[in-house]
Amino acid sequence: MGAKIVTTIITVLIGVGAAFVLYWVLNKLAEVLPSRWEGRLKPYFYILPAYAAITLYLIYPAIQTMVYSFKDSSSTSWVGWDNYTNLLKQHGFQQTLINTLLWMLIVPAVTVALGLGVAVLADRLTPRGEQTAKTLVFMPMAISFVGAGTIWRFIYAYRPEGQPQIGLQNAIVTAFGGQPIPWLEQNQFHINSLFLMIMLLWAQVGFSMVLLSAAIKGVPIDTLEAARIDGANERQIFFSVMVPQIWGTIMTVFVTTLIAVMKIFDIVFVMTNGAFNTNVLGNEFFNQLFTNFNNGAAAAIVVMLMVATIPIMAYQVRHFRNEEAMG
Amino acid sequence: MTSAQTVPGVTTATPRAARRGAPKGGNPANAGWLTKVVLIIVCFLWVVPTFGLLVTSFRPLDDANNTGWWTIFSSPVAYLQNFTFSNYTEALQKAHLNIAFVNSIAIALPATFIPLLIAAFAAYAFTFMEFPGRNFLFLAVVSLLIVPNYVAFVPILSVYKNLGLTGFPTVWLAHIGFGMSLAIYILRNYMGTLPKTVIESAKIDGASHYQTFFRLVLPMSVPALASFAIFQFLWVWNDLLVALVFIGPGENAPITVAVKNNLIGQAGAGWNLVTAGGFLSMIVPIIVFLSMQRFFVRGLTAGAVKG
Repeated sequence: MGAKIVTTIITVLIGVGAAFVLYWVLNKLAEVLPSRWEGRLKPYFYILPAYAAITLYLIYPAIQTMVYSFKDSSSTSWVGWDNYTNLLKQHGFQQTLINTLLWMLIVPAVTVALGLGVAVLADRLTPRGEQTAKTLVFMPMAISFVGAGTIWRFIYAYRPEGQPQIGLQNAIVTAFGGQPIPWLEQNQFHINSLFLMIMLLWAQVGFSMVLLSAAIKGVPIDTLEAARIDGANERQIFFSVMVPQIWGTIMTVFVTTLIAVMKIFDIVFVMTNGAFNTNVLGNEFFNQLFTNFNNGAAAAIVVMLMVATIPIMAYQVRHFRNEEAMG
Repeated sequence: MTSAQTVPGVTTATPRAARRGAPKGGNPANAGWLTKVVLIIVCFLWVVPTFGLLVTSFRPLDDANNTGWWTIFSSPVAYLQNFTFSNYTEALQKAHLNIAFVNSIAIALPATFIPLLIAAFAAYAFTFMEFPGRNFLFLAVVSLLIVPNYVAFVPILSVYKNLGLTGFPTVWLAHIGFGMSLAIYILRNYMGTLPKTVIESAKIDGASHYQTFFRLVLPMSVPALASFAIFQFLWVWNDLLVALVFIGPGENAPITVAVKNNLIGQAGAGWNLVTAGGFLSMIVPIIVFLSMQRFFVRGLTAGAVKG
């Protein structure tokens, strides 16, 4: 253990030190150049490591993955569209797509709604009460989904009838005389996926609340006062005066959550590993890669995800350009 | 962040609190009893799951297996006297979470600081230097923000295999690549709000870009740096997928992988050990989060605002 800690410290220092040395060398290199070139090239030297990292870990792999998606399981020979058609005609994969779509439809919208609700209500408390409430709701964001998995097993745990229930939900059900239910196995109407989504909501609503709360506090108070004097009720004030002014933040939270949901992996992997018809694309990708050792199918799944993100990407770029133009 | 999960400030928004002049508790509509009751219920629902885990982590195997954690309230005397730390010692030693804990630190610290430095240099160039292709290159960063990191796993695994690269550097480099777009984006937006005149006068005084960066811009950017550092630290510490793919179970596994494989994945591990392991995996991010919450929130909200 002692040796482990020492080697760990040394590795960490070498890693961080190497990054500093890199820039020192790059800067020296630029200074050796004739001063005309120094000024021209220095910006590129400064952004070079960043773009090297992005190129190696996003751009090159994105292209490579597209290529792999048209090759067989060991990426040796070309198979055309087979990976895609094989996946899409499997009933299991269709269900995986439906589940992922359900996550995308439900989680971002509910995250925004709950976050906004808590933010608006907490805004009316005393500063100390508001701080406490926000901290409690925000805290799950610091918890990993592995940790969340250990936590939520005690909510959904199931024991056959007659045995003592150690899962909170079944304890409540049986206390009212009901039959215990294996919650995560209930796949009619994808209800078990809903139970997994609740875990993500639990982790995510705090993030939404914090951003929206800041936005609400940025709404000029006189616009609310003016509406109140004009005789608007609280609901009208909320929907016609406040919401339009924080719409930008609402979209930020929505898009951010949507992107996170499309890539969701850990919750499903830890709780069910896709069993009982709860599979999602992220988990299916992992299993194709490490259980089936099928590079081709795994790559095809990632390409589908990438294609699905293109509209969001276009939205982002347009949004950014508008912001720049306004600034 | 959760994996972590989410990416803050992907789009710019959020006006800065403009209500500073307003009286305390600015909103004239004050909390009625209904508001308070609803909020108390929400907070209760949000805290109860974690509280149950904490309670169970101190219960011996028989208690944890045979009775719900809430029974300590119905018969506190009987159950409380059974409370023990042995779940923790057992999880640390038998499930090797002690080694995994050190591994998590070894992974998370460099994977936080290295991308921060690299992104800060790039953000500086984008904010304070003029060069052809600047706008295009920055737009590329914005659009790459949402490329799923799943793309990297198969190609990078084979790159690592060809290079013979193993251990911590494999995940450091991966997290540098995955966190880079967001880091550049947040830092550039923040640096854009710094007063240009200060930087220009430094230039007139003969300071080089290198000096201006380290002596002026970095210290002035501390709020944004801190916010990204916290975010990236939480993200890396809580990450399961990247570690699972590039490191896997074994002597270099971080705590998320160890809890998943040595405890959750083992049927015989017992619920008491799973909870202790779960809590051990959360303690660092929760402390970081609670002690730095102010920075984190400020960065999440103000960091994405342009001046």
